[in-house]
Amino acid sequence: MQNFVQLWVYLSSTPLFGLTATIAVYVLAHAFYTARQQAPWANPVLWTVLVIAGVLLVTGIPYPTYFSGAQFIHFLLGPAVVALAWPLWQRRVELRARWAPLLLAALIGGAAAAGSAWVLGLAFGLPTDVVLSMTTKSVTAPVAMGVAEKIGGIPALAAVFAVLTGIIGALSGKYLFDLLRISTTQPGWMARGFALGTTSHGLGAARALQVNADAGAYAGLAMGLQVVLASLLIPLVFRLL
Amino acid sequence: MNALRGFAWLLVLQSAGELLAHALRLPFPGPVVGLVLLLGALYFEAVRTPVAACADFLLAHLSLLFVPVGVGVMTHLGLIGEYGGRMLAVIVLSTWIGLAVTALALRALMKQQAQQK
Repeated sequence: MQNFVQLWVYLSSTPLFGLTATIAVYVLAHAFYTARQQAPWANPVLWTVLVIAGVLLVTGIPYPTYFSGAQFIHFLLGPAVVALAWPLWQRRVELRARWAPLLLAALIGGAAAAGSAWVLGLAFGLPTDVVLSMTTKSVTAPVAMGVAEKIGGIPALAAVFAVLTGIIGALSGKYLFDLLRISTTQPGWMARGFALGTTSHGLGAARALQVNADAGAYAGLAMGLQVVLASLLIPLVFRLL
Repeated sequence: MNALRGFAWLLVLQSAGELLAHALRLPFPGPVVGLVLLLGALYFEAVRTPVAACADFLLAHLSLLFVPVGVGVMTHLGLIGEYGGRMLAVIVLSTWIGLAVTALALRALMKQQAQQK
């Protein structure tokens, strides 16, 4: 037992622990998600985050120790943002024909997401730096951190809000779209995917990709548009305010 | 080998994006500039084939990449204790508003475009 404790103390302080935990728990959570016919509530990111955060809190392993290993996964967000060019390029003909409605919808939707977070946050009496960190929550986490920092938010908090928003969109999007009678024909999938990507960035796009290829492609496009629009417009709006 | 070559392209373009963003003081983060650079580079076969192999793999597991940041929620337990319920309410409501407004706006705009043709 003593040896086991020593071994655990050693292993849990090396980067290997964070990296292994991240990938292994995610693989298990994903198997569970598949076994549940990809039910939204079985969202693999949600369960992976809850399990790992729970283990860290119970064992008393500090977050920076975990992150020293998990950073290798985190780092891949950068190349993944660059890689979003690929699904966009594949649909370049379609996009050229529809760029005006898509760009306008991205602007309106992005403004609605950021604006409602700002107004509701203030109305609910949250501290200003928390509210500022919320305005970027529809932008993919690494970009949200950068933008939030520029406008006086807290980068680490902005990243968490972005991931939560992603999970909530992936979780509840289907029910909301059914309620709004957005169809499940090709144009309907397009609108569903685009809305998921606009509001819930990479996590919405990941969900959309699993459900329908068209929805996935438009979600990827929406996420890319939101990255460009938000990093340009959110700092500008807050400078003018 | 193609996937590895693709990964090299992604990293090179991200680095180029970071350099450009810093040198020209662009308002965009480096990876976003890299995305735009890649859109142009994909017209070349030598870039397209390897990048496709790597991008498909990376994007298929996109949600995994958000886990390390998501676990960071545990470092804000104080804030959650104080404002948790209200923060969650704001996030859920504004997410729904964003989803609904985007989907309805796009549907209306597409209909309008179709009628004009």
